[in-house]
Amino acid sequence: MIHSKSTDLYSKIYLFSIIIFLYLPILVMILMSFNSSKFYQLPIDWTFDWYVELAGNKKLLKAGMNSLIIAFVSTIISTVLGTCAAYAFFRFDFRGKRILQILLLPPITIPWLIIGTSMLIFFFWVGIGRGIFPMILGHVALSIPYVVIVVSARMKSFDIALEESARSLGATPLQAFFKVTLPWIFPGFFAAGLFAFAVSLDQFVISYFLATPGERTLPVEIYTAIRKGFTPEINAISTIIILVSMSILLVVSRYHRFNR
Amino acid sequence: MIKSGINTVKGPLSLTAPTYLWLAFTVFLPLSAMFFFSFLNDAPFGNKDVSFSLENYEAIWNKQFYQILLLKSFRLGLEVTLLCFVIGFPCALILAKNIKGHWREAIFVLIILPFWSNALVRIFSWTMVLRGNGIIEVMLNWIFPGYGDFSFMFTYQAILIGLVHSYLPYMILTCYVSIQAIDDSILEAARVLGAGRFMILFKLIIPLSLPGIAAGSVLIFIPVVGSFMEPRILGGREGTFIGTIIEDQFTRVFNWPLGAALSFLMLFIILMIIILSNSLSKRLR
Repeated sequence: MIHSKSTDLYSKIYLFSIIIFLYLPILVMILMSFNSSKFYQLPIDWTFDWYVELAGNKKLLKAGMNSLIIAFVSTIISTVLGTCAAYAFFRFDFRGKRILQILLLPPITIPWLIIGTSMLIFFFWVGIGRGIFPMILGHVALSIPYVVIVVSARMKSFDIALEESARSLGATPLQAFFKVTLPWIFPGFFAAGLFAFAVSLDQFVISYFLATPGERTLPVEIYTAIRKGFTPEINAISTIIILVSMSILLVVSRYHRFNR
Repeated sequence: MIKSGINTVKGPLSLTAPTYLWLAFTVFLPLSAMFFFSFLNDAPFGNKDVSFSLENYEAIWNKQFYQILLLKSFRLGLEVTLLCFVIGFPCALILAKNIKGHWREAIFVLIILPFWSNALVRIFSWTMVLRGNGIIEVMLNWIFPGYGDFSFMFTYQAILIGLVHSYLPYMILTCYVSIQAIDDSILEAARVLGAGRFMILFKLIIPLSLPGIAAGSVLIFIPVVGSFMEPRILGGREGTFIGTIIEDQFTRVFNWPLGAALSFLMLFIILMIIILSNSLSKRLR
């Protein structure tokens, strides 16, 4: 749009400084996880001690395990449920479709604080209480809307005539779905699964209200540690979390192009 | 699109039912339960005698403390949204119109990447930058010898910085999508007709990308008003907001009905603001 060389330079500097702003704290945190000083004294005195200590921290390891279990289970449930719903929206026109689509918005737009506390109230009330199972219930609810959105985006490019012809050649509806439709939407299905996994792994607020002292997820354990006066092990575990979720996203972005 | 006649009612019903039953049980029923709780005088667990009352809402109405905190939270939401727009919009504009090809894709991924890592961890990482004796203090003293102490921790500004850092990518993404959709030939035509750069920006680009700006603002404003973890970690004493008060009601004070009333009130005000701004922008158009 703007062609002069000087504005071009300014805009590059601007983008560059935004990226610095976004990455500065993360880089500092990663560096500090290798600093032997408990009080983050500079210059850095390099060490792996905090990672070694982390390996012996049962609380954090258990919380990490819980996070992974919850993420796996809720990813499987939410991708299956969400894909079914997305397929229904794509394949059929029916009364109330628009309302159903709008009903996907509250789980992702209402502040998590409100959703989390309401879940706490309700789950207590009906006798489910807190713990890993209620957390899975909650995480699935938050992931489903993302799954529907991502899978629907992929379905838009699917030619329904392919399924129709499979049907007219004698395939049952299920055969047609599994042999023709599913292979086509698979990249969307896969990306949605990774999305759901990342949503669950990063979720803090809902887990926080549904956690018990014995059953916490990693973010909840980290929050508790920070509030108690943290230890540098938190930097180490945070570094691992950041690197893992960034690599998940890099994989997603190969399957699901953001920049269309 | 041809819709074949198979099970036109049963098909969609059985395909969507699991999702919506799940959402009903985990989102819609709990929200109703919260609404119900806000009118109770005590949590109905055990064998307590519980009755309906307006005492929670009366408490909020009578105590200035809650109103000041509500205002403070909404002010925070407004300021973070505004800052994200001021910083993010130019970034989206440059990305959409000045950068092309592989570079654009690379910068895009760079902007989304931290966004998808844990929010709590990102907020925590700022404590190491903003604290006294941290990297900024060392750098400032290196550039300006004898600069002295620098600490931003436990201030309102620290909360602002952390929240803007968390939510900026939303604004960049939504604005980018809108700006991207503006046809270059319109801008070209305006320029040929003699419009200056600012004229094009304020009379064309910003009005045409209003949907993106609005979407970004909603996505930022709502969660920021309800934030509690960010003010706790970065704000210290400064970090009391309505979100942290609600958190306390559920995790420390155990006054769930009051917490429910505060949550519902917050949700109600947010809804009103969105409906109002929606109808306002429709009238302006």
